[in-house]
Amino acid sequence: MADEIVMDVSSDADIVTARQKGRELAGRVGFSVTDLTLIATAISELARNIVLYAKHGAIAVSLAEHGYRRGIVIVARDEGPGIPNVSQALQDGYSTSGGLGLGLRGTRRLMDEFDIVSEVGKGTTVTVKKWLR
Amino acid sequence: MDQMLTKPTISPMSAEATAAMLRELVAHLRQNRTRLREEWVQRIIEAQLLTAMSKEEIFAEATSVYDSYLDVLETGSVEALQAYARNLSERIIPRGVETHEVLGIVLLLRDVLARELFTRYGSDFGTLNNVLEAYEPAANRIATTVGVGFVQERERVIRQQQEAIRELSTPVLPVRERLLILPIIGVIDPMRARQLTEQLLRGVRTNRAKVAVMDITGVPAIDSTVANHLVQTVESARLLGATVIVTGLSPEIAQTLVTIGVDLGKMNTVGDLQGGIEEAERMLGYKVMPVREATQQG
Amino acid sequence: MAVPILKQGNYLIASIQAALTDADLFELRNALVTQVGRFRSRGVVVDVTALDVMDSFAVRTLRDIAQMTRLRGAETVIVGIQPEVAFAMVQLGLTLEEVATALDLEEGLAYLVERSKRTGPEIGSHGG
Ligand SMILES: Nc1ncnc2c1ncn2[C@@H]1O[C@H](COP(=O)(O)OP(=O)(O)O)[C@@H](O)[C@H]1O
Ligand SMILES: [Mg+2]
Repeated sequence: MADEIVMDVSSDADIVTARQKGRELAGRVGFSVTDLTLIATAISELARNIVLYAKHGAIAVSLAEHGYRRGIVIVARDEGPGIPNVSQALQDGYSTSGGLGLGLRGTRRLMDEFDIVSEVGKGTTVTVKKWLR
Repeated sequence: MDQMLTKPTISPMSAEATAAMLRELVAHLRQNRTRLREEWVQRIIEAQLLTAMSKEEIFAEATSVYDSYLDVLETGSVEALQAYARNLSERIIPRGVETHEVLGIVLLLRDVLARELFTRYGSDFGTLNNVLEAYEPAANRIATTVGVGFVQERERVIRQQQEAIRELSTPVLPVRERLLILPIIGVIDPMRARQLTEQLLRGVRTNRAKVAVMDITGVPAIDSTVANHLVQTVESARLLGATVIVTGLSPEIAQTLVTIGVDLGKMNTVGDLQGGIEEAERMLGYKVMPVREATQQG
Repeated sequence: MAVPILKQGNYLIASIQAALTDADLFELRNALVTQVGRFRSRGVVVDVTALDVMDSFAVRTLRDIAQMTRLRGAETVIVGIQPEVAFAMVQLGLTLEEVATALDLEEGLAYLVERSKRTGPEIGSHGG
């Protein structure tokens, strides 16, 4: 079993593929259907942000281990414009594209761990984790 | 014993030398299997470990553990032992064997074998030191593997039991066609809130429910976190097409919640369970009203 | 992947068969808005039973469908949201408050029929 998958994300078809593949890998870890849905939704949001704001990037999904805990890590990385004010972007309803502005903040709620690093002109990396209960 | 060994006159062994040493040591321990195993079992019984098991059972398990122990020493791979430890734990946990007992027997074996090595190599200080240097890390790894395997299995069992208890503690009752009742008793923490929501949603689907009455009379405290969970439960049920009526929320608590900013407007609240059921029936009955009107007219 | 839209009396039924891309969702929205106008439909049922994920874009599109068709005189009801999907939507913050929901197609149609009985035929009479 491949413990990591890396997917190029540059079109809206890639968004669908990314969340399906990610869900598959997470399924092998043993997550419940509810958790799989949360994970797939998070991947969808992160992939869409890549396509929408950075045009292209990549999403890596891999198994996570911490001591004896097992889970899944998703890293969404792009070299797009970056986010000038991350804490603002993390607020519910904040959107520069007329979207619902729930993607980042919502993803944080869907997952157990959330980390974002963004630099204007350099790009954005969002890392999220979910642990098996 | 340890003091005696404070060395450091001996240079560390190469990996190869360690492996060769372990091989020799394992061969010796295999040769003396019957005697050493007997001694070990004796010490287990003296230490009053595994009291839930008969002597024959202890002997059988001891044999398996002894052999896997030597395998690990020989190959350095703990995988087979891990599997065995899990399997062993699965069998003995239901019989009430405790963590300290499992750790106890593995540590006893470690000591029985260490003592044997002392007797055999004790005359040659340099060799003894090398033997122990090869033996100790391997032995400690074995103890950790077995201990962790047991604790993990125990935790899994406990989690399972907790889930089962939680599920029992929140029954979803299909009282009549299209109507569910959820009497919730006890503290709601985020875990339970989630489980409760999942159960309700599944219940709505399988029973094709249109209305669910969630009675929280038996929930001792409701703070904003719990209230927000309840709001989320109500919202997700609505997405499936079902209305949730919350009952048993006292006026005092309702007031407090509103004061701290919980949006109760999203919740359909009725004083008590009886009132909630009546309201639910009205809602369900209301749906067939037009049909009744039509027949009256016709 | 085009979503089949079925006309049944005064209503349109769109049943999503598989995961949709953003472009598919746009297409569905435009098709429904156009057809509501063409057939003077009174209601739209969007069946999402086949969707195992509804992210913020999908939900926004459904909301847009409901708002746009409402402006053209048709009420939209979303049916078949899966329990896990509903759970994830609420966690994400998407409660779709302004849109009607029902358990399945049958319930969705029943809702529309009942609603048109309640609101009466006026809307239809001054349409066109
Ligand atoms: N990968 C990214 N690169 C650049 N900007 C981003 C990225 N992801 C998010 N953003 C910024 O953060 C804002 C909030 O994102 P999000 O919460 O997903 O809401 P939405 O996508 O609906 O606007 C976006 O409007 C955008 O300005
Ligand atoms: Mg977004």
